[in-house]
Amino acid sequence: MITVQDWYNSQPEKLKIEKIHLIVGKFTCVEPVSLQFAFEVQTRNTFLDQVELVIKDIPLIAYCHVCQKEYQPEIGLQYSCPTCRSPMDDIRSGRELKIDHIEYSLIN
Amino acid sequence: MHQTFDAAIEMNLLHANQTGADHNREHFDQWGITCLNLMSSPGAGKTVLLEKTLEALQTQLKMAVIEGDMTTELDADRLRKYGVPVIAINTGRSCHLDSRMVAGGIHQLKENYDPQQLDLVFVENVGNLVCPAEFEVGEHAKVALLSITEGEDKPLKYPIMFQEADCLLVTKLDLAPYLEIDLKRLENNVRSMNSSVKIIFLSAKTGEGLNDWFNWVKSQIKMPVCLNG
Repeated sequence: MITVQDWYNSQPEKLKIEKIHLIVGKFTCVEPVSLQFAFEVQTRNTFLDQVELVIKDIPLIAYCHVCQKEYQPEIGLQYSCPTCRSPMDDIRSGRELKIDHIEYSLIN
Repeated sequence: MHQTFDAAIEMNLLHANQTGADHNREHFDQWGITCLNLMSSPGAGKTVLLEKTLEALQTQLKMAVIEGDMTTELDADRLRKYGVPVIAINTGRSCHLDSRMVAGGIHQLKENYDPQQLDLVFVENVGNLVCPAEFEVGEHAKVALLSITEGEDKPLKYPIMFQEADCLLVTKLDLAPYLEIDLKRLENNVRSMNSSVKIIFLSAKTGEGLNDWFNWVKSQIKMPVCLNG
């Protein structure tokens, strides 16, 4: 599957997409506010017109192998482990950029 | 009654770009080409670095450049003087190269030259520290440039670029005496998010550090090549 359109076209029943749920990590180059704006504008007069885009922010979480624990780097300020200052080598979350699920209702 | 249903999708938003990048890389692999993606802010010195590199390595490696620029062929024309294939891609209003644009460049390379003869393709990305970091184009390694006039805090502000880089070139080192820049802090800032990145301090103007860069480039060449030039 490549796009939401492919999914929509592949459904046997007639349906209406209500919400599209995205997962966007904080350690990506995507700004949720801009994405919302672009989505609203670009979906006008398409099958996604008026569909709500729900964006779930995922925090940046790294794992320090020296301390053997997870920590939340402060983006823009400090990325290394706050306890032992080891570099951020193992990112556990925050790089996600995906469509997670779609909410829809059936049209009778 | 209004009943809603859930459909799990689990689709990467950059899926289409990623698929295109993988496809580009397959082409490069098939031809025995190593592809390096050069990224930096505008004016960090990507083009002058390429000029020096083409000049120094042209007897040892067969190179080509895919040159991304928003509107002009100014950079491409500078590089054509070195007698290597230069494919200019005008990105129009876009601030980064994506895998489809580079696929167009690869297609032109195939139409007009013999890619089997090439060892190395440089992709010079659009000057921008944000979007190019997210859009793979089919490269084997990412090279980020940061000029010392930009300040030591840039890696903290644009972390994805520096976290993704395989090699960081700290450029315009000849200007260090005129600036209040803490190069050690710059290096520490980068290392705090990327402990394995190769960092080279250089000046394309004086030539300082360029040999380290050339050696790194040669170390990236995967296919056996004659390095007796």
